[in-house]
Amino acid sequence: MRWEHDTFHGFEHSDSRIEGKPSMSARGMENMLPEDWKEKMKGMIAEAESPREKAIDVMLSIQDLRGWMTDEAMVEASELLGMTPLELEELATFYDFIYRSPVGKYVIHVCDSAMCWLEGHQSVIDYISARVNVPMGGMSPDGLFSLLPVCCIGYCDRAPAMIINRRVYGKLTPEKIDRILDKLIHENEFHQPE
Amino acid sequence: MNMPDYPKVLFKNRKPNRIATLDEYRASGGYEATERFIGGRVSPKEVTRLVDESGLRGRGGAGFPAGKKWSAVADDAAFPRYLAANADEMEPGTFKDRVLIHADPHCIIEGMLLCGYAFSASKAFLFIRPSYDSSAAILEAELENARKAGYLGKNILGTDYSFDIIVHRSGGRYICGEGSALLNAIMGKRPNPTKPPPYPTEKGLWGRPTVVNNVETLANVPHILRNGPEWFKGIAPSSGGEGTKIYCISGKVNSPGAVELPMGTRLSEIIEEHCGGMPAGSEFKACLPGGASTQFMTPEHYDIRMDFGSLKTVGHRLGTAAIMVFDQKTCLVAATLNLMQFFARESCGWCTPCREGLPYMRDLLWKIEHGEGREEFIPLLKDMCKKVWNAYCALAPGAAEPVISLLTFFEDEVREHISRKGCPFHAQAGH
Repeated sequence: MRWEHDTFHGFEHSDSRIEGKPSMSARGMENMLPEDWKEKMKGMIAEAESPREKAIDVMLSIQDLRGWMTDEAMVEASELLGMTPLELEELATFYDFIYRSPVGKYVIHVCDSAMCWLEGHQSVIDYISARVNVPMGGMSPDGLFSLLPVCCIGYCDRAPAMIINRRVYGKLTPEKIDRILDKLIHENEFHQPE
Repeated sequence: MNMPDYPKVLFKNRKPNRIATLDEYRASGGYEATERFIGGRVSPKEVTRLVDESGLRGRGGAGFPAGKKWSAVADDAAFPRYLAANADEMEPGTFKDRVLIHADPHCIIEGMLLCGYAFSASKAFLFIRPSYDSSAAILEAELENARKAGYLGKNILGTDYSFDIIVHRSGGRYICGEGSALLNAIMGKRPNPTKPPPYPTEKGLWGRPTVVNNVETLANVPHILRNGPEWFKGIAPSSGGEGTKIYCISGKVNSPGAVELPMGTRLSEIIEEHCGGMPAGSEFKACLPGGASTQFMTPEHYDIRMDFGSLKTVGHRLGTAAIMVFDQKTCLVAATLNLMQFFARESCGWCTPCREGLPYMRDLLWKIEHGEGREEFIPLLKDMCKKVWNAYCALAPGAAEPVISLLTFFEDEVREHISRKGCPFHAQAGH
């Protein structure tokens, strides 16, 4: 299923979009970002030398709330930062950890640079892919996991390594991956509102 | 293990599971240099002179003398002036800054403060990558502790000098570690590198004088000022570099990790004494001595002193001193392909030689590794290694380094791939 706002403000994102359902956190995006959050951001931006200096902080904070940078969030963020949506787009599409497509609640980035490659990163990818039913570059059917590659994350002494929602895990083995994923799945069940 | 023991400087307060606190840092002599040089109002010029005299060179890869960089900010240069401390380290193999932040964050903070004082900066940005979120959180907490103790903020130690440090989180891209790209990233612009002149020390952040230094470089400064330049020079066993160096070793060694040793410790000693040697059945085939943008170094240089001068003498570079060790079971065509994949993906795309050249080189390497290689690919790759020097910044020439060394020192291995129409290691190693 294609995400329905692909062509918002004239951009065509379809080729860079990951096919799949919008994640849980992406639902209800018609809602504007909360006012108290905006006030907090305005306070942070006021301390900067220039507002756009805080572009990454604002986008990371939005992703904490919503999971990814929707077109609507791009517009709201750019207004806060005194930038045009296009100027913010230049940044959003540039960085590895800013998502312009729906991602799962947990975004698994497996390092594929030299030392993790040497220690068998491909078997880590294959194992996770089979375990949570998600192809590299895709999202699991339940919207819980995305699987993406990432360049060297600086844990070469603990290769192979991966990062999930800003937390790094190294010296990965199938057993360790199972423990990590089981914990995330359990956490998610435990915190379900229904 | 019975390894040779050397006095630690940057890692002297390193503990297995936690950072050194402000009090622990102070108990080890921390912030003494601040009291003496800033509190005692020793002139900024004198601070720069001492650092210059110590021979401290940049630890981020290029090895530029720190004192020279600071004194490039002219006396009559505009205000405000900024410092950018680089903890981006996305060079594959490199993780020293992370270990340093998790060991003794205050030696970085004090180093930044003293550097800022040396060229009258009022604000500093500590630029850090997203995969180091825990390091960023440590720094933010310790910056607050330093502020409470009066080492940062307005009128430091009752003087008229004011200075503060902000942690700037990146969205994650290798090119952000390049000096000019880093400045664009901090300003919230697309992090394309820009070609000097003007140099950042003349026109950097928001057109103001800016010094960009690696955090390991800065962490040395309090120790140099407290103990003197001669002490710093005396730590290293040879004249190819000064002080200590945090070597980070990964790949085919028993105990990969970051170790602080005198600059110029021999490669053989680093691997055998400080990293537990190589695993049983592994023999040293090559290493990248200083990150992904350096050349494969063969067993011929196994005993080399790991410092700027010694490596330069034999045509290699110390880079970030990130030593990646490969054994005889590793296919270096496949390793180079992996490195080239990294560089091709991380190119910012701004200039043609890099944006178009690197994927082309990657494709040639891919074909060789996967049995579609042809003899003429070898001169073609060699030619491309020269052409990418037309790129705007050092990313593409850096990317060519492993390729050049692959074709120079392991040409037989490359040719074997071509003649066999496939990877001779494939069956054994499972790559």
